[in-house]
Amino acid sequence: MTQVTQLFSPDTARVDLLLIKDMVAPNTRVLDIGCGDGTLLRMLAEERGVDARGMELSQRGVNDCVAKGLSVIQGDADFDLADYPDDSFDYVILSQTLQATRNPRRVLEQMLRIGKRAVVSFPNFGYWRIRLQVMFGGRMPITENLPLAWYETPNIHFCTIRDFVALVDEVDAQIDRAVALNSSGAPMRVSAPWWVWNLFGEQAVFLLERRA
Amino acid sequence: MTEIEPLKAGHAARREADAPHSLVLRLPADKPLMMDAGVTLAPLTIAYQTYGTLNADKTNAILICHALTGDQHVANTHPLTGKPGWWEIMVGPGRPIDTDRYFIICSNVLGGCLGTTGPASTNPATGQLYGLGMPMVTIRDMVRAQALLIDQLGIDKLFCVIGGSMGGMQVLQWVASYPDRVFCAIPIATAPRHSSQNIAFNEVGRQAVMADPDWANGRYFELGQNPTKGLAVARMAAHITYLSDEALHRKFGRKLQNKTAPTFSFDADFQIESYLRHQGSTFVERFDANSYLYLTRAMDYFDLAEDYEGSLARAFKDTKTRFCLVSFTSDWLFPTSASRAIVHALNANSASVSFVEIETDKGHDAFLLDVPEMFATTSGFIESSARAFGLKEAKSA
Repeated sequence: MTQVTQLFSPDTARVDLLLIKDMVAPNTRVLDIGCGDGTLLRMLAEERGVDARGMELSQRGVNDCVAKGLSVIQGDADFDLADYPDDSFDYVILSQTLQATRNPRRVLEQMLRIGKRAVVSFPNFGYWRIRLQVMFGGRMPITENLPLAWYETPNIHFCTIRDFVALVDEVDAQIDRAVALNSSGAPMRVSAPWWVWNLFGEQAVFLLERRA
Repeated sequence: MTEIEPLKAGHAARREADAPHSLVLRLPADKPLMMDAGVTLAPLTIAYQTYGTLNADKTNAILICHALTGDQHVANTHPLTGKPGWWEIMVGPGRPIDTDRYFIICSNVLGGCLGTTGPASTNPATGQLYGLGMPMVTIRDMVRAQALLIDQLGIDKLFCVIGGSMGGMQVLQWVASYPDRVFCAIPIATAPRHSSQNIAFNEVGRQAVMADPDWANGRYFELGQNPTKGLAVARMAAHITYLSDEALHRKFGRKLQNKTAPTFSFDADFQIESYLRHQGSTFVERFDANSYLYLTRAMDYFDLAEDYEGSLARAFKDTKTRFCLVSFTSDWLFPTSASRAIVHALNANSASVSFVEIETDKGHDAFLLDVPEMFATTSGFIESSARAFGLKEAKSA
């Protein structure tokens, strides 16, 4: 099961990986949950000097990573994060996977417990094209980036950018940085209000930490 | 020593215990082994095999730890059975454990019967068989003995220690006992302690041996007999635990052995019966019954956390060793949860750890079999660890 490619088309995913890379300070300890074939981990290790660790559900992904010399554990974000002690990492990254977890709130809480900071990227279900499809088509949306029908998608917990911001507040975290990407994968103006992001952002990347 | 002619089943094993077809390290009597049982053992003999060439810096050594009924004959024809080495699938030129690149060592465990001091060995000090006079052996004792061999070979730090099952226990013990002497570790299909269920299976095996009148309180060699029936039953019972229900069904199902209808007797009607009987009868040709008792006991006593105030994490405190753990989905003897407990303890130490659970129906025995995912994982890990350790590429590369 190659979950990462199923969740999101690779072209746009690249953009969010680059954004995530920029959010991670050099020479830190990082856990990438759902690290796939280790593309981001390798980028972080080579370009940022990061002590990179990963967790991945698929045996194939783990094998690819281990063969690249990455330290990766076969595991499931919903169950296996509890194994890590508090503050094990400087950053815990969850890229395009939150919406596929069984309990996104619990996962986010665990990330903030084991990492000093959490980086989360996800597709925005408030994106205008998606809204249009639901409103006028009356069917669950299928887009270029979310190509699977409702009955076969692993994405069981979609949220909008506004929903996510509300969840951040509920788990007692604060937003250090947030970036929304428009349909061409370019970051939107930082000064734009939330509702603009929520409507025109196709995906978003958040850097969080526990509220002081 | 006196020749035993004709060789009865198992007596060949005894000959191999005293005069092994192997490299042998004989430590002097003033270099005793301190054992967990609180006694010293001397003089100590260690039988071992090596493959490949040790480099000038002595940095390319891989120690393979064998399982309960394994031995040092990893990648050469077995002197008793004439069969290929037990891990030739993993060890050889171009294999994951590449003999063109690494210096590979495997020694017969302490308490074994293929040349390292054990109950089937003659005590050189007395000229008597050790038998049940052999002190009880632990996994830590086995590792202590291996460390003496590694010292003797002039190797300061092992590049890698690898093993499955009881071999995996030794790998864990190596890192705990000698944290600075292991660069990377690959424990496969193993556990940080022997479970109650596993102790139970071992006890069944031991009772089968001891219930055989020919066992004679362990003095069978002196009486010119051998508890082959008991040992064969022990092996048959154990062998079931190494396989999975699915694999047994795939291989044997309810198929009959060389017949079209049941005989309505207690003959081996079913193929699985015939297979197990064969496993039992070939095992007793090469293994010593007392040795089987000692080694199963060593596994039972293994509980790594116990030595560290009940905390497995403390056993690996601040470890710098890189780990790669492998478990198999259908292994119910050393299930994935046991490997996960090790991963958990290593995570608590921020250790560099990789872990993969390989999907297979081959059960516990999978680590000895053709499982391409295991080859891919281990070779990838060894390769990247070699880079991290600064080992040069193979000459041919």
